Amino acid sequence: MTRLLTVDSLTVALPPGADRPHAVEDLSLHLDAGEILCVVGESGSGKSITANTVMGLLPKTLKVKSGRITFEGEDVLGLSAEALRSRRGRRMAMVFQEPMTALNPLMKVGDQIAEALAVHGRAAEARARVPELLAAVNLPDPAAIARMHPFRLSGGQRQRVMIAMALALEPALLIADEPTTALDVTTQMQILRLIREIQSRKGMGVMFITHDFGVVAEIADRVAVMQHGRIVEQGPAAQVLNAPRHPYTRALIAAVPHGAAPERAPIRPMPVLSLKGVTKTYQRGGWFGARATVKAIHDADFTLNKGETLGLVGESGSGKSTLARCVVRLVEPEAGEILFHGKDLRPLSRQGWLPYRRRIQMVFQDPYASLNPRRRVGDAIMEGPVTHGVSVEEARQRALDLLRLVRLDPSAMERFPHEFSGGQRQRIGLARALAMQPELLIADEPVSALDVSVQAQVLDLLAEIRQRLGLTMLFITHDLRVAAQICDRIAVMQRGAIVEQGPTAEVFGAPRHAYTRALLDSIPGRGWTPPVLTPA
Amino acid sequence: MKEFWRNFRRNRGAVVGLAVLLLVLLLAVLAPVLFPGSPWDMAGMPFAPPGEMGMLLGTDSLGRDVAAGIAHGARVSLLVGAVSTVAALAIGVSLGAVAGYLGGVADDVVMRFTEFFQTIPSFVLAILLVAIFTPSIGSIVFAIAVVSWPPVARVVRAEFLSLRSREFVQAAEVLGKSRLSIVVGDILPNALSPIVVLSSLMVASAILLESALSFLGLGDPNMMSWGFLIGSGRSVIRMAWWMSVFPGIAIFLTVLSLNLVGEGLSDALNPRLARNRGGKA
Amino acid sequence: MELSRLPAFLLARAVKAAVVILAIVVCNFFLIHAAPGDPASIIAGQSGAADAKFLAQLRAQFGLDQPLYVQLWLYLKGVLTLDLGFSHRQQVSVAALLLDRLPATLLLTGAAFVFAISVGVAMGALAARRVGTWGDSIITILALTFYATPLFWVGLMLVLLFSVALEWLPSFGMASVGVELHGIAAVLDVAKHLLLPGLTLGLFYVAVYARLSRATMLEVADQDFVKTARAKGVPEGRILRRHILRNALLPVITFAGIQAGQLIGGSILVETVFAWPGIGRLAFEALLARDYQVLLGVFFCTSVMVVLFNLITDLLYAIVDPRVEVAR
Repeated sequence: MTRLLTVDSLTVALPPGADRPHAVEDLSLHLDAGEILCVVGESGSGKSITANTVMGLLPKTLKVKSGRITFEGEDVLGLSAEALRSRRGRRMAMVFQEPMTALNPLMKVGDQIAEALAVHGRAAEARARVPELLAAVNLPDPAAIARMHPFRLSGGQRQRVMIAMALALEPALLIADEPTTALDVTTQMQILRLIREIQSRKGMGVMFITHDFGVVAEIADRVAVMQHGRIVEQGPAAQVLNAPRHPYTRALIAAVPHGAAPERAPIRPMPVLSLKGVTKTYQRGGWFGARATVKAIHDADFTLNKGETLGLVGESGSGKSTLARCVVRLVEPEAGEILFHGKDLRPLSRQGWLPYRRRIQMVFQDPYASLNPRRRVGDAIMEGPVTHGVSVEEARQRALDLLRLVRLDPSAMERFPHEFSGGQRQRIGLARALAMQPELLIADEPVSALDVSVQAQVLDLLAEIRQRLGLTMLFITHDLRVAAQICDRIAVMQRGAIVEQGPTAEVFGAPRHAYTRALLDSIPGRGWTPPVLTPA
Repeated sequence: MKEFWRNFRRNRGAVVGLAVLLLVLLLAVLAPVLFPGSPWDMAGMPFAPPGEMGMLLGTDSLGRDVAAGIAHGARVSLLVGAVSTVAALAIGVSLGAVAGYLGGVADDVVMRFTEFFQTIPSFVLAILLVAIFTPSIGSIVFAIAVVSWPPVARVVRAEFLSLRSREFVQAAEVLGKSRLSIVVGDILPNALSPIVVLSSLMVASAILLESALSFLGLGDPNMMSWGFLIGSGRSVIRMAWWMSVFPGIAIFLTVLSLNLVGEGLSDALNPRLARNRGGKA
Repeated sequence: MELSRLPAFLLARAVKAAVVILAIVVCNFFLIHAAPGDPASIIAGQSGAADAKFLAQLRAQFGLDQPLYVQLWLYLKGVLTLDLGFSHRQQVSVAALLLDRLPATLLLTGAAFVFAISVGVAMGALAARRVGTWGDSIITILALTFYATPLFWVGLMLVLLFSVALEWLPSFGMASVGVELHGIAAVLDVAKHLLLPGLTLGLFYVAVYARLSRATMLEVADQDFVKTARAKGVPEGRILRRHILRNALLPVITFAGIQAGQLIGGSILVETVFAWPGIGRLAFEALLARDYQVLLGVFFCTSVMVVLFNLITDLLYAIVDPRVEVAR
């Protein structure tokens, strides 16, 4: 095997005033032709900066302080800007995280691929090569796709276009910076397979950056784990995944949702919430032109029993969040019954809803958007109960108790949301919901914006509180591993309908619907069972 | 507040602008003390050049003191700028809030209305309004307010629309808060910074508008103003350049300082954006 | 947008434009009635010169003794047949007056617009390219300065400098008085007269476009697809032209549409300062004479100009940006 890339004690300085002096510190790694190296780490660990340094794409505010990068025998850091440019795209190529913004919106995708050929002096081949490349990434009707503008393509299709563009000049090195993070699971699996297949056919070296150990298990030959700008552990995939040595790696792997539901006492059927025939349609288009109607929800009946957690799983656009929002009237469905203890909530007025606000509460997805940035944490937790007539003194006491329950210091009362981390904010959001002493809690992707280790903490807290307060919960998630871990029953949603529901073990163990099977097949690293680790 | 002031101070232009603005304000307040008597009265020989006969900035064709005119004109400019901005804010914020928070048909109707007002040539409409309702400080303020609210409505609507779908507003909804307390307590405070920045720019353009109206002879006939001074100097510019030069400088400095203050406010209220703005703090 | 959908798009926009124009006419009508005093004397020109017979004739013509909706209908019918009324002062129909003055205004605003958008975008692009250097600072300061200076004052100062002090350029009118010029000489003469007013009107918008294009270029340069282009080895010059500039022009086009009304408003001031024989100068004369019929005509005419200009910018935007759909 030929050594393709060597990074030798690389240090990249952060601008003064950042939370640490170096984005990347004393980092060494290497990559051979024909292998996939996964660089894993949580957000801010410096993995993307490493990739950008290799490509010569560092933003001007970041400077390489020391170290050496050798690519195909040449010192990359010593190359002139022009020499580096002529290698980019031709010898080394890159695929980015956000397919929605990574393509020029005003240029046809075929022209964007042709441009990659043209700038390296191979414009003449473009006519023949562009459809070939689009076909190679399994896009249907390549000639038609080439003539389209990016906005007509889905996220997965755009990522395929990005890959086709990266492969246009058959580079020796492909750097993929979280290329599947923004995609749905089924699409993610297709893209992972595509990268793997092309890599083995062309014998490329791939540097694959990810935060997801499932993806690592799926694709990596070797793994480098990064924390705070340093590599803490490096080795063959099997070794790092199954016998991690460094405490940080061990902690990360221990936090991976393991997918095994703990044994729970059987639930006595005592319906708290049932949905019957709820329908929501959106209309697009204006006074002129065709009016398109989209059925966001139809055929989504379910019943939620007391003390039970029902997981609503599905990909983006499946209607799971809309359905949850119908239950709390953030979205108003046009038909159907939403029965809460047998009382239909749908026809109620804003005023008529008020008594139920106390009993049904919600936790949101984005820890940065779900708290009013201009309101103190204490006030945020207290305002719900106070609105419903609880005395300020009692609400205050309740807030203090809840802060203790979600393991935050009482001094948090007087502070503003921006002083807290994502995981802490999510716990504040939970405290705000619990302050109303609800019996039904709706959790809309409460952990999907968090890093794995934080994710595990919040999930554990949620499980504990549910147990302690006897909450009934509707849990919305796109992550099947998380659902398996926390839910008693699962309902799988696809295009606005529930296609399968049942006890967790049954749905995951013996899926009946084809879509459920496809989802399960797409869980990255499904062949890998994380080792049981005692926290170091 | 302390952090706000620190961020504001980092923009040197804004600090200079604020200083100039305070000077103009001082001039306006002290005008009756510095130049007692009416600025319309004859104070010296007609067409006295600056510096001669004790006239700092010269006299006009009727022997009126240009410096006194500028000092008294500052009152009108600042007053019209401030009052018409408040009026335009009142119209723009309420329409924008209704459109952005309610959405749907209300949004459609309000936005068509706003678009209409943005399409028609605003200065021509302002001239028409002042001319038809006869020039007075009231009709000038009214006309300026009528033509300058649309940008406010657009900004407020956009802010409300994006804030309305933010999760903390949805959380407030789920907590059972009333519509009014959500709008006033959750949405408006978070939409305030663009409104504040916009209003400083609006005062600037209102002052420009007022000066243009009075330049065309549509000023309040009882109140001395900068635009009127320039307008009266226009026909005699070959004889008495100072009559139009100095009031123009007064307008320029005031409007420039307001724009600088606006930029400083914008930097101080969105520190993240300011730092991204091309490396230079 | 795909070219096949252009006709439908155009039709939708034309209908919208027609609605706006109709609304302006209604607006005019109500302005006459909102004004204090007798509508007839307002239509005639308020200075009291109109005799009783003429007022009576106006009352009959506009149906002023009939219900409001009949009056509105009569007024609408008049405007739609391009009857914009009669200027009692000048003894000419308003439409003829406007038509006579239109070319001069189109020449002035057109020249100023082309000057502003080309110089402004070039300055903005240059400043964005050299962000943080002294070149950027100078452009930013220039833009701020033009932005804060009253148009009419800039005009006067240019007259003071180039006509009074240096005696290089004429300070008023559209052509030299008392000289018969033909062919190239006549064109050059008009160009010489156009220089100062065009510059005056254009400078403010140079500032506006420079600021706007600097900001949008910087914003676009930060976007992901620019990084994609860099990663595939596109040279910087080509990235600027093919990727950044094209995307940054979209907001500039939108803004050009919004600014059109202000450009025409500005031309009133500039034409007043330079005695340029266009619609703006007409408005000023009408103002002095309190000839409201003419003022309303100016308002109508300039509004139609803006609406048509917006139609063009909308079309341009739709051709450049594939994402524009027919609806909205």
